[in-house]
Amino acid sequence: MHIHKYEKAVLAVTGALLLGFLAALFYSAFAMDIHVHSHVESIDPANVRTTPPFDQPGVREVAPGRYEAVIIGQAWSYTPNEIRVPAGAQVTFIATSTDVLHGFAIEGTRVNMMLVPGQVSRATYTFDEPGEHLLICHEFCGLGHHMMYGKVIVE
Amino acid sequence: MSTTVATADALGTTVPAAARAGTPVVHDATGFSIPASHNAIIRWNVYIAFAAMGIAVIHGLAQALSYAGIDILGWFPGLKTYYQGLTIHGVFNAIVLTFAFTNGFLSLTTARGLGRPVNGPLLYAAFGSLVLGIALASWAMFTGRASVLYTSYAPLQAHWAYYLGLVFMVVSTWITSANLFVTLHAWRKDNPGQRIPLLAFVSVATYAMWDLASIGIAIEFVAFLLPWAFGLTDGVDPLLTRSLFWFSGHPIVYFWLLPTYVSWYLMVPRHAGGKLISDALTRIVFVLFVLLSTPTGFHHQFTDPGISAGMKMVHLVMTFGVFFPSVITAFSVASALEIGGRRRGGGRLIGWFFKLPWSEPALAAQLLAMLVFILGGVTGLINASYSMNQVVHNTTWVPGHFHMTVGTAVLLTFMGITYWMIPMLKGKELWSRKLAVAQAWIYFIGVLVFARGMISGGLEGLPRRTYFAAATYGKESWDLAGVWTGVGGTLMFVGAMLFLVILVLTVFAGRKKEGQDVPFTETIQPPAPGGWETRLDRIGFWVLVGAILVAIAYGPYLIQAIPPHLSVPGFKLF
Ligand code: HEM
Ligand SMILES: [Cu+2]
Ligand SMILES: [Cu+2]
Repeated sequence: MHIHKYEKAVLAVTGALLLGFLAALFYSAFAMDIHVHSHVESIDPANVRTTPPFDQPGVREVAPGRYEAVIIGQAWSYTPNEIRVPAGAQVTFIATSTDVLHGFAIEGTRVNMMLVPGQVSRATYTFDEPGEHLLICHEFCGLGHHMMYGKVIVE
Repeated sequence: MSTTVATADALGTTVPAAARAGTPVVHDATGFSIPASHNAIIRWNVYIAFAAMGIAVIHGLAQALSYAGIDILGWFPGLKTYYQGLTIHGVFNAIVLTFAFTNGFLSLTTARGLGRPVNGPLLYAAFGSLVLGIALASWAMFTGRASVLYTSYAPLQAHWAYYLGLVFMVVSTWITSANLFVTLHAWRKDNPGQRIPLLAFVSVATYAMWDLASIGIAIEFVAFLLPWAFGLTDGVDPLLTRSLFWFSGHPIVYFWLLPTYVSWYLMVPRHAGGKLISDALTRIVFVLFVLLSTPTGFHHQFTDPGISAGMKMVHLVMTFGVFFPSVITAFSVASALEIGGRRRGGGRLIGWFFKLPWSEPALAAQLLAMLVFILGGVTGLINASYSMNQVVHNTTWVPGHFHMTVGTAVLLTFMGITYWMIPMLKGKELWSRKLAVAQAWIYFIGVLVFARGMISGGLEGLPRRTYFAAATYGKESWDLAGVWTGVGGTLMFVGAMLFLVILVLTVFAGRKKEGQDVPFTETIQPPAPGGWETRLDRIGFWVLVGAILVAIAYGPYLIQAIPPHLSVPGFKLF
């Protein structure tokens, strides 16, 4: 099989480019610790409201400047549907669903995860600036899906 | 077909003497014709494909306008909700259109490539299974019993008829696959030791890829969703069914794309007056797709809980790997086109591109498809980029991306193919060549505007799969994105409807023209009669290697997910 030298060159450049992209992604993952939310923890979806920490949804300070926000998604709202944290807070969101799949995306941040019944989702984010962010359900969850949202208020 | 080939190919290399003296024919099928009944089944596959698209894009228009804040759902009698329409849009476009068209098109190319008709009963059986599947699923969707969207995520629970309908649609692709293999087997018996003609090879390899890829949804539907919908099991494991869906849900995009590549590699050069350069490289590309398409599905689940970061990274690497054969395709197809453009006096650098016969509808539609696919590919690579996915996951960026891939690269190519295929099968001329070219341009401009809106909205966090015109929240920066989407979507709708007009008028009012053939190209570098290249033809072996890669990529997750916790009951929240 004869491959023309230009073609070989293009393939080599493409290969190098793809490897470069991969290297950048691995660098961001391992050196800068930017990961996707991959928490592995199961929960009995029928008893979410009696299983800690979901028996007490809401925000609490776990260490100076560090917060945990425990949030339950159900058709078609979040509990609680509004949380407040101070600017500079590092917040770990811990969330799950009691019924169907829901989305959990905080607009303007990189918190973007799925809520799957039976699984606990977790994401950590530091809110540097004061402001208001929508918390959006971006996975179809039934008739009222387009009415399911919450708010994160950074004070 | 003229026997003088460009004496120097597009790249300035000298063409082998054999090529100059008249390129070897891929396969001589002189006197080839297909039985009238096969002709009819293939045509009806095409009609069903585009009828489905016609119904689907009506609601597509409503979706695009909804993002612009305009609600036209009130004009749709019988439609209960936005999500019912969105389910139909997804199923009819992504599954019915693509399966029906591909079953017909690749049956034809296999028959032509091998110079013998495919197996009749299997051709009818595949068609019957498809029609039955469409009937069952349509009943459930149109009566509002299955508004779960085409991804069918449990524990939203649809009527069993919907799941069963989708199963019959997949079965129709398996029957077609069996048909192509049976036909190939018969050909091999009659032609021992010969290389498989390229046109047939790429067609069969497409189905071989899908045979492996479709195992995931087969298990999901038959082992979990159907028994659950029938009430035989109490619950489902939502993460497992979702993962099985994406096991097939990513490679299905190659089942949409490879028929497109069949046309780009083997037919587009012919329309353009060029020639495909390398036989072996083309086969390598299709073999790479058989190997690498499937172990990639977790890139749709980067934001899911319950799947470890390590597994996600494995799929990230494989996804980048499967990008590679697409780049080879871009290069091979471009050089084949360059040969055509330069023969027509086009300049060295890019002048040849403008000299291509743009007034040929089959070519114009597919050239525009390719241009849009460049943007589709780039946005796809961004989706696949692990942590970057968090910025765009489930935002309108994603439909922005895939309307440039399946919604344009594939759709406009299928339309381009139809522009020669239906005239050929009906023995007629295309009704209006000018309108056909205009139609492709309108859709092309429409999708660019549409995608501009969806992509920019997505970057601002605008959620997809959302009845936005009635949403109770909003953000100012989404407004302009919605307008682009609405305007572009309207143009796409006009383009799609014009296509249907041309199709119907060609069938009923086209002028008679008999004796047309499948327009496919020869390769400048012919298939090697011996040596390592012959191993490329062992399709079964490559599927086996692909299966091993799949086992590596999914094994660790499956070990942890099995036995499944069938504990979540069904919800009918629609
Ligand atoms: C007139 C042409 C079309 C228009 C205006 C249009 C518009 C849209 C819009 C606005 C959405 C997003 C809806 C939402 O997320 O709420 C969508 C989704 C979708 N479209 Fe199209 N579309 C068109 C043609 C097509 C074609 C030709 C295909 C495929 C061949 C296609 C496949 C899909 C799929 C698979 C979805 C996702 C459905 C889901 O999220 O469940 N569309 N379309
Ligand atoms: Cu929702
Ligand atoms: Cu994918």
